[in-house]
Amino acid sequence: MLRLEKRPNPSKLWLYGTPVMAVILTMIVGGMLFATMGKDPFEVIRTIFWDPLFGEFAFYLRGQLLVKAGPLILIAIGLALGFRAGIWNIGAEGQYIMGAICGAAVGLAVYPTESRWIYPAMVIAGAFGGWAWAMIPAILKTRFHTNEILVSLMLVYVAQTILAKASTGFLKNPEGMGFPGSRNFSSYPAAANPELIAGSGIHWGVVTALAVAGVAWVLLSRHIIGFQIRLSGQAPRAARFHGVNPSKLVVLCMGLSGALAGLAGLFEVTGPAGQITIDFNVGYGFTAIIVAFLGRLNPIGIVFAGVLMALTYVGGEMASTNLGLPSATIQVFQGMLLFFLLGVDVLTNYRIRTFMGGK
Amino acid sequence: MSERPILLSVEGITKAYPGVVANSDVSFAIREGEVHALLGENGAGKSTMVKMIYGLVKPDTGRMTWKGGDYAPAAPRVARATGVAMVFQHFSLFEALNVAENVALGMENPPPMKQLAARIKAVSEEYGLPLDPSRMVGDLSAGERQRVEIIRCLLQDPRLLIMDEPTSVLTPQEVEVLFRTLRQLSAEGTAILYISHKLEEIRSLCDAATILRRGKVVGTADPKASTARELAEMMVGATLTPPERPAPKDWGGPHAALEVKRLAVASPIAFGTSLKDVTFTVRKGEVLGIAGVAGNGQDELLLALSGEIRSGDGMVKATGVSVGAMGPAERRKIGFVMAPEDRLGHGAAPDMSLVENAFLTGGVRKGLTRNGFINWPAAREFAEAIIKTYDVRTPGSHVAARALSGGNLQKFVVGRELMQNPDVIVINQPTWGVDAAAAAAIRQAILDRAAEGAAVVVISQDLEELLEIADTFAVLNEGRLTAPRPVKGLTIDQIGLMMGGAHGMEVAHLAEA
Repeated sequence: MLRLEKRPNPSKLWLYGTPVMAVILTMIVGGMLFATMGKDPFEVIRTIFWDPLFGEFAFYLRGQLLVKAGPLILIAIGLALGFRAGIWNIGAEGQYIMGAICGAAVGLAVYPTESRWIYPAMVIAGAFGGWAWAMIPAILKTRFHTNEILVSLMLVYVAQTILAKASTGFLKNPEGMGFPGSRNFSSYPAAANPELIAGSGIHWGVVTALAVAGVAWVLLSRHIIGFQIRLSGQAPRAARFHGVNPSKLVVLCMGLSGALAGLAGLFEVTGPAGQITIDFNVGYGFTAIIVAFLGRLNPIGIVFAGVLMALTYVGGEMASTNLGLPSATIQVFQGMLLFFLLGVDVLTNYRIRTFMGGK
Repeated sequence: MSERPILLSVEGITKAYPGVVANSDVSFAIREGEVHALLGENGAGKSTMVKMIYGLVKPDTGRMTWKGGDYAPAAPRVARATGVAMVFQHFSLFEALNVAENVALGMENPPPMKQLAARIKAVSEEYGLPLDPSRMVGDLSAGERQRVEIIRCLLQDPRLLIMDEPTSVLTPQEVEVLFRTLRQLSAEGTAILYISHKLEEIRSLCDAATILRRGKVVGTADPKASTARELAEMMVGATLTPPERPAPKDWGGPHAALEVKRLAVASPIAFGTSLKDVTFTVRKGEVLGIAGVAGNGQDELLLALSGEIRSGDGMVKATGVSVGAMGPAERRKIGFVMAPEDRLGHGAAPDMSLVENAFLTGGVRKGLTRNGFINWPAAREFAEAIIKTYDVRTPGSHVAARALSGGNLQKFVVGRELMQNPDVIVINQPTWGVDAAAAAAIRQAILDRAAEGAAVVVISQDLEELLEIADTFAVLNEGRLTAPRPVKGLTIDQIGLMMGGAHGMEVAHLAEA
């Protein structure tokens, strides 16, 4: 018989061991999945986890890793601050879209003016767009006690509708010969977010993500706001006793995560994506939830988790083109990762005891 | 009365939980048709006892007989089949369903809904408990919800009906209706086991009373022939002689250290008790003890004093400053600190280390932050000073709060507040669940701080504790506070009456004093 027994202190070993364990379990079960599909599991796993880093095309794919990891890290750090406080913003995808639309709109409004103030203004507009979109669930929660999980999630679909309207309507490229989509920022230097070092994949979004990770780490470990965030998540009543105003904290955390998601959207639309299109978002806002948990809601861990998740994106794409795997498999793979992580997580606070005989 | 046969007899029942003996060698007998009171303070073991009768808890030793035969219910289902029904203090009803549906949910083989509704109607009319079976439970008052529970029991045609603190949620008018029903049931031969600590209710309703104190039967009484004073004495223990305490030093100063005037706040807690018109003052160096049975507004009073519930302007003044609109951190800043009852989860964060928990309330007064950045080394020093000064047994300050025993964590939580050199201290249940040695240390620490000039409010259910450390004494009853009186010269029956909720008599006594 197996029994779970609560540990007196959370296990440090398992706190860091669970993400590794989850990755290993995902590889094993994912490999079994690939085997049932008639693929060689070892080849698939190698294609996903090894080739992008050290394979034939690694010189190009490594850059792609950072391109994908940047927005994931940026969004996940914002989400992690909220999750630490027990505030569940599930709608980062919508905030990401709204940030991209707001930022892009500012740039497109002044086209074709060239000024070095344009891009900073777009960055601010992008953060504002995400922040404002996150304020809707935040204020509904503090005023009317609605559930922020549902409201933020549903607003994703509203944002997607607005995105469709933007790319076919108010932000449509007037010189686009009727095709949906905005002007391409790559041909508008004042509003573009180019690669900073050619071939590296590093753009302003990646730089911002790393900087934000550092700031968030200091905030959580050294600053009283970080303490209040952690306290509210672990012991809400103790947090009120300490003097935390729960409503203010909801507004703060939702706002931060929304602004960071909006920033990620702005960097993406002006950089790798290049333009507003109906489907320019590729689910970073949702995948970032996995990244946040995989990184143990710890900013430094999230940087690693973001790179790992980018690996599954890039490697997964390789696997689907080279080995003919359906692209949905890679989503299954990512889902497995979160599933195993949450499952194994119980070992941080509990230990498994085996024993014989009756109850 | 004695000619009635014995229905249920409890013989030598003992039930121990880890660390506490809930019942020790308890024996009593209930006769058919008798209204039998189980009287005792909170924690006296009343609830555990009735849970054993209802089959929710198994006794360690001892036996029960039902009409002379062995009775050992393994589950409430068995108890119900035997003829025992119970109305719990907190109801288990679904608000989104109507009365008849709720009743059907509790039945093993519910009849068709129409038939059931008709039966509910018939029973409710028969016993004078007006209730419409088609109404949504969510729309019912607390008293009406209780009727649903009672009717649910009556449909089983019980021989013994257990009522756990039934009047705690009722208005006086609803209490009258309930008592009429219970008297009618008793006249029809149904025995009632009535659990309460309200002396006047028991005197007016019950035929016999068994009094429990600290898990043991300390006496039986005929409540109709006993005075409230006699019952109170048995309940709280006649050994209570208030110790002599030197009068507090006069610290002078223009303001009382803590002044609470007509404090009224709504309870944020489900089943909570709102505070109504609470007024008291505490001077420097004075200890005010607030007694009362749990659930009479103690938690709400602490929340209102700590700043977790805000109150109106001027309702709470500490060191001369009106703090009603301030949050906990701002109150601490002016020297007003507090320790809540629930140390794990409220007073301390279970999964955080003692260093982080020291910072939890100590950050403000100990200057542990600069520009919002926390000085963790200083916080660690503070935590280690608490551990050393108050003899907290722990492997170190890095340990999570939940790893400490209750007594040690309580020493840490109380010590944390006392070490901030506060001017006003409010402590709820300072020694609840704490072993005797730790309790003595905590009480001494509180008295020491008072001797240094702090105003102290101790909220407790432990009367002996309050009489030992308090200078003035008041009772919180249904959200109202009696006027504080000096502990010196307070007699046991005065305390009993203040505690038992005999409001009218209490006023008379106060007029005398």
